[in-house]
Amino acid sequence: MHLLPSGKTRDNLWTLITPPTVWAWHFLLSYITAAYACAPNDAIFEAIPGPRLLVAVLTVVALAIIAWCGVRAWREWQSEYVAPPFNEASPAHRERFLEFSTLLLAGLSFVGVVFVAMPALFVVDCR
Amino acid sequence: MNGAAGAWPVDYQKAANADWPIAPSDPRQEDPEYRKVQEERLERVWATPKGWRYWSDVNNTTIGVWYTAASFGFMLFAGVLGLMIRAQLAVPDNDFLSATFYNQVYTLHGTVMMFLFAVPIFEAVAIILLPQMLGARDLPFPRLSAFGFWCFIIGGVFVAGSIFFDSAPTGGWFMYPPLTTQERFTPGYGPDVWLLGLSFIEVASIAAAVELIVGTLKCRPPGMRINLMPLYAWYVLVVATMILFAFPPLIAGDILFELERLFGWPFFDPERGGDPVLWQHLFWIFGHPEVYIVFLPAIALIAMIVPTFARRPILGYSWIVLAAVGTGFLSFGLWAHHMYTTGLPAMSLGFFSAASEAVAIPTGVQIFVFLATLLTGRVTYQVPMLFVLGSLGVFVFGGITGVMVAIAPFDWQAHDSYFVVAHLHYVLVGGMVFPLVAGVYYFWPVVGQKRLSDKLGRIAFWLMFVGFNLAFAPMHWSGLMGMPRRVWTYPAGLGLEWPNLISSGGGFVFAAGFLVVVFDVLRPKGHVPVAERNTWNAGTLEWLAETEDKNWGVRSIPIVTTRYPLWEQPRFMEDVDKGRFYLPDAEENLRETLVTSVLDAKPIQCLRVPGPSWMPFWAAVFLGAVFILAVFHLWMATIVAMGLALVAIIVWLWRGTSFVPEKKEKDVGRGLSLPLYMSGPQSVSWWAMFITMTGDATAFLSLVFGYYFFFTIHQDFPPPGMENAPGQLWPMLSLALFASAWGLAVAANRLNRAGRVPLARLAMGGGGVLSLLAAAALLWAPYATGLDPVVHVYPAIVWTLAIWTAVHAAVGTIMLFYCLARSLAGKLTPEYDIDICNVALYWHFMGGTALVTIGTISLFPLVA
Repeated sequence: MHLLPSGKTRDNLWTLITPPTVWAWHFLLSYITAAYACAPNDAIFEAIPGPRLLVAVLTVVALAIIAWCGVRAWREWQSEYVAPPFNEASPAHRERFLEFSTLLLAGLSFVGVVFVAMPALFVVDCR
Repeated sequence: MNGAAGAWPVDYQKAANADWPIAPSDPRQEDPEYRKVQEERLERVWATPKGWRYWSDVNNTTIGVWYTAASFGFMLFAGVLGLMIRAQLAVPDNDFLSATFYNQVYTLHGTVMMFLFAVPIFEAVAIILLPQMLGARDLPFPRLSAFGFWCFIIGGVFVAGSIFFDSAPTGGWFMYPPLTTQERFTPGYGPDVWLLGLSFIEVASIAAAVELIVGTLKCRPPGMRINLMPLYAWYVLVVATMILFAFPPLIAGDILFELERLFGWPFFDPERGGDPVLWQHLFWIFGHPEVYIVFLPAIALIAMIVPTFARRPILGYSWIVLAAVGTGFLSFGLWAHHMYTTGLPAMSLGFFSAASEAVAIPTGVQIFVFLATLLTGRVTYQVPMLFVLGSLGVFVFGGITGVMVAIAPFDWQAHDSYFVVAHLHYVLVGGMVFPLVAGVYYFWPVVGQKRLSDKLGRIAFWLMFVGFNLAFAPMHWSGLMGMPRRVWTYPAGLGLEWPNLISSGGGFVFAAGFLVVVFDVLRPKGHVPVAERNTWNAGTLEWLAETEDKNWGVRSIPIVTTRYPLWEQPRFMEDVDKGRFYLPDAEENLRETLVTSVLDAKPIQCLRVPGPSWMPFWAAVFLGAVFILAVFHLWMATIVAMGLALVAIIVWLWRGTSFVPEKKEKDVGRGLSLPLYMSGPQSVSWWAMFITMTGDATAFLSLVFGYYFFFTIHQDFPPPGMENAPGQLWPMLSLALFASAWGLAVAANRLNRAGRVPLARLAMGGGGVLSLLAAAALLWAPYATGLDPVVHVYPAIVWTLAIWTAVHAAVGTIMLFYCLARSLAGKLTPEYDIDICNVALYWHFMGGTALVTIGTISLFPLVA
């Protein structure tokens, strides 16, 4: 990550897509965890607490990273506050636009991770 | 009139907060005679070839128009097939079509609509509009666009034409094995036509994706920072990236599928360890994102149309970016919702169900942004707006049934019924066809210089809107009554007569509406007045298009400081027209456009883009021949065609890429001098290589996914008797050789740049030879350990990974030898080194591929 002298992040397209990328990894790893635990699908009534716990851990980690991205974006946006729609031709507006959009994507990704974690909360076996 | 030298009304240095110097424009630009000379030169440089050479053109406007016309042609063809389906189903126990022919008809209807219309039309429209919206003269790789078009038309005609020989595929547009892999169920060439024809078209899609991503990131006008980009460009960026990750899994699936059909390798045959569900995974990892690949570009048209007719900037620009990017990501977590009935564990179903519900959030955000923009604007209801409103209504209806079928227990009831047919048509027609027709009415003046008829547009809209709902709403009922999809006919007395008859009637009304649009587009418009410039009074750059069609794109490449320059930048059009911005001339008689930086669009290079050429055409013809001849098992001819395709591509690259320019820098106007040649990460071709290889790596990882998928479903993998194959000795030797070749490729690049040319040449030659040896050792490993790919899926997938890697090694060798030849020919020097930079980048991917392949086939069995 590229830091500015002020200690703030120089936002770019990679920082913008970090929260949804975390969502994607959480999704993929949760899916692999369940698929691996339940394949070959022989003992379908056997509880799988281990894999469920692993999904829970993945969820906490994913939510923490996404929240950190969101909080960082929020702080940096607020500290040099510009109101949307960020439509001026200046580095400041570009930066605020990327921060605000990152914040929105962090929100969506956070909700997305919570959604995806739910099945591991309620489903106990491989049926 | 601003005549005085240096009297510049807008201080662009300040307005753009530019960190490059912006001088006043050249006072000579104010002299009409001076401009006339420039214009004649530009016109000559960008002229479309005449006569039969017309077909060698590569300019984005020409290619885009061919591409669009071809996609619409395929759409009409598939529409006729749709009407044949409705005619067959209009009454019970109908025998208008025979059952097998009906299977061909609905398979091609779905296949052509999705692969030859919905995705290509995005590429087609984007190839026309994107450079216009970015004020670019052309996209960075015009010949690649032409190549993509020719691949598309050849593959498309082959697939669609098969029905006239009674050989069209019959297995449904998703080709599920074992129905389609085994001759006893589907005899003939149908599935091969589907697999090889469409694999070929996927090449075109990926080519377009590369072109559009690089175009959006690197060819924006100076000053158009990332927060000022037109929303259409945001969607193009997202969708092209999605293509890059969505299409390769299907290509991987196609490879496995064809290996099974042609050579009996049992990937999807459970009797020999395979699993048909793997195909479903690979197909839908492509297939679900594809729905959004189709939907987002159409929504992107709405995002351009709504502000124009609401007479205000879009409300919630960042929210649209959220929606586009968010949908792009979430859409990759939905694929198994097409597989709820395959017996996946409930927890897995839950993950996909959750993600399918979550994707409704960003999708809904876009709709609300449009509604908010309309509510806060002063809307004028013209034809494009009618189609936009119709689209929103129909799409929301389909979206809501989508939320219903995303819930697994509901889907178990509705799966494979007409309810799903109704849902998908509401989503696709509402989310794609209506916005597209809105786009046709809206953007027609950019292409055709005249407006389409308001009256015919309204007639078309109401016929289409009413006809569509009549055709597809009753399918919700027939589906819930239990009518299965793809069924050839149905008996009387089940209550299905009325819904089906109404559907059929509605289908024909809908088609009549579409024909009105076609008529409006094609009818002679001699008496229709030429539309005034920027006829809808829009705010974005594509409306700079002049009333008299000009091939040069824009008269001069503007400095952009707002989201809607035509509304918000004073005297903008005049400044563009008078050549007061960049590149108002083509002094060297070469086609040029600007390359800018990714975030801030700071100009960094003046890019020479190539003009007309037949090589893309020939490369596509020969590559097409490879795929088509393989369908008919004409192996010798296939190999000859492969050789010709390779020659065509090398000739194309040799003669048409990385020119050494006659001078280092060029004055592009307003006191700015830019380099004409850049290599490494600064070069657009380096980006193209990076993006292409990302897609290639995705296909490779899909094959690797296949290996681990088979590992999870088997108790013993490798199966008994094959534990020690392919062993470690030969794979490790291969890995060592690959590592050396990789090292030499990287060294060749460094040595060349350091001016140590003889050593660099030695590294190129040596790396090429080592790469071939590495490939040989890798192929020897499974051969020497007696792995027979026909007996079980384990040897089959090991061979597949080894062959994939060996083929890439051969390509790596060709690349290194190509660089060696370029160096000897003086076209690759320490200063002008695009070729070897890009080849070194290829080799990073190659090295990674070798590492993963050998780690998987040789080392993983030791720890598993």
